[in-house]
Amino acid sequence: MTRVRVEVDGVTYEDDVEPRLLLVHYLRDRLGKVGTPIGCDTTNCGACTVLLDGVSVKSCSVLAVQADGRQVTTVEGLGIDGTLHPLQRAFHEEHALQCGFCTPGMIMAALDLLRENAAPSDEEIREGLEGNLCRCTGYQNIVRAVRRAAREMRTPAQEREVTS
Amino acid sequence: MTVQEIGTPRRRVEDARLVTGRTRWTDNMQPPGTLYVAFLRSPMAHARINSVNVSAAKSRPNVVAVLTGADFADEQGSLPCAWPVTEDMKHPAHPPMAVDEVRYVGEPVACVVARDRYAAADALEAIDVDYEPLPAVVDMEEALKEGSPLVHEDLGTNKCYTWVFENGDLDAAMRDAPVVIERRYVQQRLIPTAMEPRAVLCVPEGDDFTVYSATQIPHILRLMLATVTGIPEHRLRVVAPDVGGGFGSKLQVYGEEVLCLLLARRLGRPVKWTESRSEGNMAVHHGRDQIQRLRLAADRDGRIRGLKVDLLADMGAYLMLVTPGIPLLGAFMFNGIYKMDAYSFTCTGVFTTKTPTDAYRGAGRPEATFAIERLMDELAAELGLDPIEVRRRNWIRHEEFPYETVAGLTYDSGHYEAATDKALQLFEYDKLRAEQADRRERRDPVQLGIGVSTYTEMCGLAPSRVLGSLSYGAGGWEHASVRVLPSGKVEVVTGSSAHGQGHETAWAQIAADRLGVPFEDVKVLHGDTAVSPKGMDTYGSRSLAVGGVALYGACDKVIDKARKVAAHLLEADENDLEFSGGRFHVKGVAEQGRTLQEVAAAAFAAHDLPEGLEPSLDAEVTYDPDNFSFPHGTHLCAAEVDTETGMVRLRTYVAVDDVGKVVNPLIVEGQVHGGLAQGIAQALYEEAVYDAEGNLTTTTMADYLVPSAADLPEFTTDRTETPATSNPLGVKGVGEAGTIASTPAVVNAIVDALRPYGVRDVPMPCTPERVWRALQGDGAPEGGPQPGAAGGLGSVQGGDAQ
Amino acid sequence: MIPAAFDYARPTTVEEACAALADAGEDAKVLAGGQSLMPLLRLRLAYPDALIDLDRVEALREIRDEGDALFIGAMATHHQVMRDPLVREHAPLIAKATATVADPAVRHRGTFGGALAHADPAGDLPAVALALDAEFAAVSAERGERRMPAAEFFVDWMTSALEPDEILVGVRVPKLGAGWGVHYEKFHRTAQAWAIVGVACAVRRGQDGVEEARVALTNMGPTPVRATEVERSLQGRAASEDAFKEAAQRAAEGTSPPGDLHGSSEYRAHLARVLTARALTAAAAG
Repeated sequence: MTRVRVEVDGVTYEDDVEPRLLLVHYLRDRLGKVGTPIGCDTTNCGACTVLLDGVSVKSCSVLAVQADGRQVTTVEGLGIDGTLHPLQRAFHEEHALQCGFCTPGMIMAALDLLRENAAPSDEEIREGLEGNLCRCTGYQNIVRAVRRAAREMRTPAQEREVTS
Repeated sequence: MTVQEIGTPRRRVEDARLVTGRTRWTDNMQPPGTLYVAFLRSPMAHARINSVNVSAAKSRPNVVAVLTGADFADEQGSLPCAWPVTEDMKHPAHPPMAVDEVRYVGEPVACVVARDRYAAADALEAIDVDYEPLPAVVDMEEALKEGSPLVHEDLGTNKCYTWVFENGDLDAAMRDAPVVIERRYVQQRLIPTAMEPRAVLCVPEGDDFTVYSATQIPHILRLMLATVTGIPEHRLRVVAPDVGGGFGSKLQVYGEEVLCLLLARRLGRPVKWTESRSEGNMAVHHGRDQIQRLRLAADRDGRIRGLKVDLLADMGAYLMLVTPGIPLLGAFMFNGIYKMDAYSFTCTGVFTTKTPTDAYRGAGRPEATFAIERLMDELAAELGLDPIEVRRRNWIRHEEFPYETVAGLTYDSGHYEAATDKALQLFEYDKLRAEQADRRERRDPVQLGIGVSTYTEMCGLAPSRVLGSLSYGAGGWEHASVRVLPSGKVEVVTGSSAHGQGHETAWAQIAADRLGVPFEDVKVLHGDTAVSPKGMDTYGSRSLAVGGVALYGACDKVIDKARKVAAHLLEADENDLEFSGGRFHVKGVAEQGRTLQEVAAAAFAAHDLPEGLEPSLDAEVTYDPDNFSFPHGTHLCAAEVDTETGMVRLRTYVAVDDVGKVVNPLIVEGQVHGGLAQGIAQALYEEAVYDAEGNLTTTTMADYLVPSAADLPEFTTDRTETPATSNPLGVKGVGEAGTIASTPAVVNAIVDALRPYGVRDVPMPCTPERVWRALQGDGAPEGGPQPGAAGGLGSVQGGDAQ
Repeated sequence: MIPAAFDYARPTTVEEACAALADAGEDAKVLAGGQSLMPLLRLRLAYPDALIDLDRVEALREIRDEGDALFIGAMATHHQVMRDPLVREHAPLIAKATATVADPAVRHRGTFGGALAHADPAGDLPAVALALDAEFAAVSAERGERRMPAAEFFVDWMTSALEPDEILVGVRVPKLGAGWGVHYEKFHRTAQAWAIVGVACAVRRGQDGVEEARVALTNMGPTPVRATEVERSLQGRAASEDAFKEAAQRAAEGTSPPGDLHGSSEYRAHLARVLTARALTAAAAG
């Protein structure tokens, strides 16, 4: 057992874990953070995508011990205080989900994409989400949603520029 | 003011929990004391089980129980097949856990119950099974030959059944036909790959059990679990909580569901099993897998005379819930939207030592549509006609509806001309044909092909009497109830069980529209047998066309009752009342009225109701349709084919669908997009591959290629709207349309691109190598795939480990 | 799926890592970014007794300028490598090929050294390292550092020249000077899928045509391979598409491509020829 201290969605947890415990199982089975699901064994589907110290990772291929001393953000950590994050809102507005199982990972991957590229083209969005599989939507509305959220997330920044 | 909800692109109410991660997937639930189950699965395609030694596994820490097939033999029964398609169909026993013999890779042979998932997984490795290998039966055509090894020795044959349908004089149609097209097409085996792997949680409560399962069919599952285990039906509650997609794969009664229930009973504690993807690829039922031998006869002008269809359909090792019936759903669809004099359909079901097949999005209809739409393109090529023109010459004209087809169905409505005209316009057909000619002229290494698919499908499964005539074990009705609560809010209960389709939104729209109440005032309940008393669940694009129509009827019943109460309160004759915008008023006297909410409160108090009227404002309807519904449409695909590498890139895809009246255009568009993605994936990417020993070589997503956003094109979708005449809502269903239409559109485009090179077929999936080989004029490579070579499991993803 | 249990060490320096690896014995594995190893552990296709996790060895993430070469630390992530200004300027072939590896989340964890040490011939980076005549630096507690050329590093399918007690600490990549054009041509069925064949190439053009061409192939044998016949036949030739096509006809010579689900060996040989011509043309234009 190894002692870990992990901040997840703003809360710090301390636990003894087996070294082999996957981060996603730590989140789900130990912390009850079940918003992040598991869709495959081979890092292909991306359903379990979370941010680790701010960048996207597939939490099925990271050990819980590797998150020791670090920050994890899951979909549950977005849109606190009852307001949806612009990406969550855009996924809703553009009907970018059906069964919704891929949605947490898709949103976290999109968040990472927009962090690096605030105004991606459709092609860049598609490539940026290549590690996240969806079986329901055919991706078209996901692309629309990311485009919409990008627009929304850029606007306040521009306004700040104007006023400063 | 009338509330116009039907037809409005409402954003979905389901999303609130799904985009925030506040979901209720089965694996999310963990009642106190929950034990975890893991299954040991056969690594052999076919073997006798000599012994299973579990003693080492039992002694591992945190292990509660280890059980084998022998331990369940007295109570596990046989998994149900509800569709005995012929009287002499061979129906082998199908124990949920193998006892003496395994017949496909992935069949459960033992299970561990442990304190957590990790302990369960570890203990599996300590189980020792002694297998005596038996010959695998992999190839359907070989399986039917004299002397083939048998999947089920006691049946004496690998043939499950032969089912025949004939109409018209096929001999006459074929005799002296100026044009005969003969083809052999293979519908490769697919793995449905819903994003949520299966999961089951069984919670015992005294003599009662609650079964949570990632299922499409809580109601059917409840009945079947009762039948198989002997636990009385009224002691079972089945809940389908949030379910992450199904596409037919969760239209099933799985061995794991039965076994988890038996374990919960045996151990008296909640037990949970969650599938891994690599496990699921072996153990979730597969789809498609047919060999189609086709013969189409036509006149010189392109008019079809007759069609002969001879199918081999791979059942896999056992018959599951509707395994044998799936190819027969195609029997009524091979004629497509076309008129012809004669038609003959023969299907032979074949056992092999592979994962059982069953429903996968479209279920029999994509296979049939592929065949006829490919044949129409071949016919056009043979005659030197444009593929659109040859279709025009054969399709049922708008004025000919209702039309009884050669396959015995009555298509109530349709407008193939309108959908096709719209698609051609959006696609810029003539411009793309000109570009194609130019590329051919220039001998461009990248050729352009145009694929056409003018499809219809029978959906809204189904009139119960028709299902009965096809020997299906149940009806096809659906149930809905509507209760107006004392405060005027509305609860809708549906027997249809959503897993991504958006019932909670669309059903609320129907109820709001009919009852004239705000959309936000309606809550839709589903997916729990304790909440929804009866239902036939969700598959076959039936939810709206059957369940939605049931709701429509229930709303009308509520209004009828409310009218009586309102008339009483207003001291008016009910025939003098008008109902609009959720309010009854006396005709011509708008100010004199009662809202539905006021009526509900009065019906609740019941202080002063008309004589003989029961308190409370609610109603229910169980609706059984008279006919199927028949969505149709025209899909056009432009594909660029790199003749040097064989790589295919889809450039333009236009889908014009006619799904009748639309309740929520947003949801309809989403269903079409997703359907297209799956149909395109069959054409280009996906295939469950078995080697000669019967090993599945596509057990992970690294090998079974599900396309990502980067692999699919932007779609152009549009609609025509020809309301169904068979139901009062005018709706048809949309869940499977995109999948059914798109596969032939894509393959037609590829073949069209390569026709100048003498290519007339590319087997699916049209991998770059297969396209390249078609261009070389030869078939499959010698020896087939070589498992274990690079690109297999050794090469999982991303390259990074020291 | 769930990994089998293992002992775990999380060193913070190379010395600690080497010591931990030496202590752990033969059945230990070094964990870099884990994007290949973790799935193998989960599928229980790998059963190490112990994992030595390099995640916290910060020194190994460094990418530094060594004058005529770059030294890329083994734990530099793909994400870091493809954006690194030094790599983009002096080893653009690495930046381009790395951008095609897997997907963004995997590239955040996956590392340059891990991908090379995994020695998967279907991986994109081994062929790139081979084309660039990279030099591999390995360290063990007992014998200190040794260096070996790429051609000696890739020994067989998923097998590198690293000894069980050795850790790959980084790779020295000679800078390409002026006049070089580079390209990585990856051919795969879906964006996520492995290369059926990949071609890494670098072409130096002079006034009289091709002065030097380097071509290495992904997934054309148990190890990445140099298409030496192509390289030789191009020397001194005009840098024309026709010349590239002609030379590329020899791309599959001396290779032993595998046959699998995604392509037969015959098809791979064909692809190698087509893609080599394309890669050379693109490189020469760049």
